[in-house]
Amino acid sequence: MQGIDHDRRPGFSPQPTPPRKGWPRPQQPAHKPKRDPAPSRFAYRLHRMWLTPYFRRLTRIGIPAFLIAFTTLLWLSDEDRRASLSGGLTGMVEAVQNRDQFMVKVMTIDGASAPVDKALRMMLPVDLPASSFDINLDQLRSDILMLDAVRDVELRIKPDGVLAAKVVERQPVLLWRHARGIEQLDETGHRVASVTERSVRPGLPLIAGEGADKVAREAIRIFAASGPLLPRMRGLQRVGERRWDMVLDRGQRIQLPANSPVAALERLIVLDQAEDMLARDISVVDLRDGSRPVARIGLGAQNEIRAARGQPLLGADGRELPKQKDKKS
Amino acid sequence: MRDIYQQQRAMRNMRQAALQRGVVAVLDIGSSKVACFVLQFDGPGIYRETDGVGPMAGQSNFRVIGAATTRSRGVRFGEIETMAETERAIRTAVQAAQKLAGVRVDHAIACISGARPASYGLAGEIALKNGSVGQGDIAQVLGSCEVPDFGRGRQVLHAQPVNFMVDGRSGLMDPREHSGQALGCDMHVLTVDGDAIDNLIHVIRRCDMELAGVASGSYMSALSSLVEDEQELGAACIDMGGGATGVSIFVRKHMIFADAVPMGGDLVTQDVAKGLKVPMAVAERLKTLNGGVEATGRDDRDLIELGGETGDWETDRRTVSRADLIGIMRPRVEEILEEVAAILDAAGFDHMPSQQVVLTGGGSQIPGLDGLAARMLGRNVRIGRPLRIHGLPHQLTGPNFASAVGLALFAAHPQDEWWDFEMPAETYPSRSLRRAYRWFRNNW
Repeated sequence: MQGIDHDRRPGFSPQPTPPRKGWPRPQQPAHKPKRDPAPSRFAYRLHRMWLTPYFRRLTRIGIPAFLIAFTTLLWLSDEDRRASLSGGLTGMVEAVQNRDQFMVKVMTIDGASAPVDKALRMMLPVDLPASSFDINLDQLRSDILMLDAVRDVELRIKPDGVLAAKVVERQPVLLWRHARGIEQLDETGHRVASVTERSVRPGLPLIAGEGADKVAREAIRIFAASGPLLPRMRGLQRVGERRWDMVLDRGQRIQLPANSPVAALERLIVLDQAEDMLARDISVVDLRDGSRPVARIGLGAQNEIRAARGQPLLGADGRELPKQKDKKS
Repeated sequence: MRDIYQQQRAMRNMRQAALQRGVVAVLDIGSSKVACFVLQFDGPGIYRETDGVGPMAGQSNFRVIGAATTRSRGVRFGEIETMAETERAIRTAVQAAQKLAGVRVDHAIACISGARPASYGLAGEIALKNGSVGQGDIAQVLGSCEVPDFGRGRQVLHAQPVNFMVDGRSGLMDPREHSGQALGCDMHVLTVDGDAIDNLIHVIRRCDMELAGVASGSYMSALSSLVEDEQELGAACIDMGGGATGVSIFVRKHMIFADAVPMGGDLVTQDVAKGLKVPMAVAERLKTLNGGVEATGRDDRDLIELGGETGDWETDRRTVSRADLIGIMRPRVEEILEEVAAILDAAGFDHMPSQQVVLTGGGSQIPGLDGLAARMLGRNVRIGRPLRIHGLPHQLTGPNFASAVGLALFAAHPQDEWWDFEMPAETYPSRSLRRAYRWFRNNW
């Protein structure tokens, strides 16, 4: 009101008066409006969503797991990275395995003969010194047990890098002659080694025939029971994979029964000692019928009898010889 | 009567569906504060009888796992006035309680303390056809109560049968299997303004929750503050809240009357602010820290610094004596108690067998109020605190949380199991359907 001049006298402008100069008025310090303690609707909904169990589980487990899997797969999708990763892993594993504490340097073998010792050293799958992680003792033991000469072996890795093998070898007690050669057998009939000829092991008793190795124990019992006949014995022959023939020198042959051959043999020995039967010209003693031993007399004795009877003599093949008179005339 | 039936059953079903989820929020939307408790219902199996823990008024099967309170905004006289402000206050309380509980809550049970409650006593009587009271008869007698005209826009908040009569034998709690010729019942119905309830539903829906039940604030504070004997023998509970003062009368463990005075502690604060010319916040602090209703000689010498942030040193350094403050507060408290006394007289509280008055709510913490109330109401008066419930933090056990605690008890043990009885089918369409069914069965 006071700034505007209402009576328009000449010489006065109708302009408002300029604002009054003076000290600035003390102003109330502007209070910041207090923050509203209420959560906004968005924050409220977010908080409620966060309290939802499924959402929470998804966020805290699902998304991190997904991210980890995703980046891992992305990283692994490159061939070079995969190769370097696997190379690094195997390098680490080998660095640990090849530590000095795990190395096997020497192999000691106890209780083995020279060829078995050589074979065992050959069978070791790695060249010493090697890491003990590379030697599979179970596998090696089963491999060694496949050798016929070895009955049992005990493998152990001792401290200071020693692979100790304790070998129990099979002891040959029989020679077995069959169609493919001569083999040494132990008391169970298991093959020990081959021999080229009989004279290599003259001290071992000889058996022959197919399937003789399976009844090696019976053969040993027969040899043990043969007592006084032993010096004359050439060997035992398996007949028809069923029974034994005992072959003596001078071509004599004793046919033993399939059941209880030892008893039959003992009976024959008694008979021999009483009658001195085997010293006579008897080619075959047939003991297969236990109640009635049968003896076949030899060719010389037969011819004696035939000559006395005036019959034609028999040849070595069992046929009658032509009359000698015809020959003479 | 049929729509009351449907409403009550619908509310009961809604609450039970919410309890099935195991976690329910309890919201006390008052004029001065909003309190939210998150209740976890783990079923009745956590205590055995051998542990020495009985049913404990239904408290043994739930526990409070989250509780928060905040200043109320936008609520006046116990009714929602500004929707958005109230929504923010509810959001604050609910979020804090949820955070404490660590679970998300989808259902809320709220109480409303204002909204002009009105009590009605209804009576109904039927003749018993087969000489004894069966399940259907109870539903029928509940249905036969005459419903007065509640007025436009009124909604039934609580409807409880409080008494059953069989042949003049009155005072039965459970008339089933009684033999007699006639069955009568008295029912107490509490109605409130429908708009207030609609507003409540709306504001809770805006907070992404569903309202699983509404209860009257005065009823709730009586449930938590009256001990069992008082509920049985007869007592009035006066819940002195911020915006409204609720009155409820109990006898024989049932509420038989409820009303509310739209005056409360906020008016007292307003008087202090006007009388001492201080801001409302300062007036509230003065009232809470130094208020009282009984002046003694020492109060004249007890000078209180008013304080304030006006920027004017002279204004901010004023002091008043405590007697002045009491002189401002007392007439308003007397006025509120006079209104309460008028309500109690109108309700016929004089004729009750026992006339215990229990003061609760935040206003009951004014020092000397029990003496003043005893003089005004002329009866034996005590200050009531709510029951302790499992898991509630100590600072929330004061009398100003009476209605929130009562809501928790109400959620665990609502007294509305009578509405489970099937309403007898007596309307025409169902009868004709049944006749058609019978005809088919007989003729085919």
